[in-house]
This record gives sequence, C-alpha cells and structure tokens, in this order.
Amino acid sequence: MNAFFLTSAILLTAIILIPTYRLVKGPTVYDRLIAVNAVATKTLVLIVLIGYLFGRIDMFIDITLAYAILGFIGSLTLAKYITTKAGREDA
Amino acid sequence: MDIQNLLSMLFVMAGMVFILAGSIGVVRLPDFYSRTHAISKSDTLGVMLVIAGLIIHEGWNLNSAKLALIVLLVALANPIGSHALGHAAWLMGLKPRKKGEGG
Repeated sequence: MNAFFLTSAILLTAIILIPTYRLVKGPTVYDRLIAVNAVATKTLVLIVLIGYLFGRIDMFIDITLAYAILGFIGSLTLAKYITTKAGREDA
Repeated sequence: MDIQNLLSMLFVMAGMVFILAGSIGVVRLPDFYSRTHAISKSDTLGVMLVIAGLIIHEGWNLNSAKLALIVLLVALANPIGSHALGHAAWLMGLKPRKKGEGG
C-alpha cells in the first residue's frame, strides 16, 4: 500500500506541472488566478499522501486543513481585490 | 490484499483520472469561462474521490473524521472560489468567446 501511495504522489506531482503552463502563459490575470486555484487544490491532496508516506498522518491532516482554509481565503480576497479601483490599475 | 485496500485503490485511481482531465482542460480550452468550467467541477470531484479512498483505507477513527471534514470543506470552498473569480472577471468586462470567433 505504501508503494501505491508513493506512485500516486509522483503522478500527482507530474499533474501539477500541467496548470503551471497556464499560470506562466495565461493571457489575462484571471487565467493566472484560476491556475493558482487549481494548483492549490492539487497540493492539498499531495500533502495528505506525503503524510501517509512519512507515517505521521495525524499531524499532516491538520496542516492540510489549515492549507485548505488559507487557499480559500486567498482566492476570495484576490477576487474581491481585482474588482476594486486599485486592483483595476494593477491588472 | 483484502477488499478494503482494493476499494481504496480504486477510489484513488478514479480521482486521479478526474484530476488529470481537469488539468488537461485548463490548458486545452480556448476561453477563460470554459477553463473555469473545467477546473471547478472535475477538480472538486477528483479531490473528493481521492480523499474518500483514503477514508476507506483509514477505517473508523479520528483521522477519518478529519478527512471527512476536508472533503466537506473542499466541496464548499472550491466552487465558491471559482464562482467568485468568474464573477470578478464578468464585472471587469471580460467577454465570453462566441461561436465562430477565433481564439
């Protein structure tokens, strides 16, 4: 079962590289933001799998919960920010 | 290899397929709104399936309860975040691509 988790983690790391293309290349700022959101969601799964590999799943689950809440708050805050006047001048 | 581990591996592999499909969609689709469509739905389902497989592997204890909390959080937070970004793009005047236009 450990080898299966290791294979899944390596596969997921390869999958994370795919939205990174959109993050670098994206024509508008919204494309980049949606790519950041996608990478954050996949990283959440990767942290849980790494917790199983290290045998410390009780600690890594709490890190995953904090990461999920931080990613959600960050995404909402950036979506609010780019509609304000200051964000319009930045974008 | 008992039935619990087999079911867990099946769920994790199904979730990986959905995550891969969403990642390919965010690169291949031509428009911001269609990319939002690819990410918000298939990615949410993929993450929920992978963590459900890990819950089956874990059994009945505190860790599986916390994993179920993560599933609930992802099911609520990921569509809300994608919708907020799409709404912000619409308010800023980004037009969706119509049929027959280039791009």
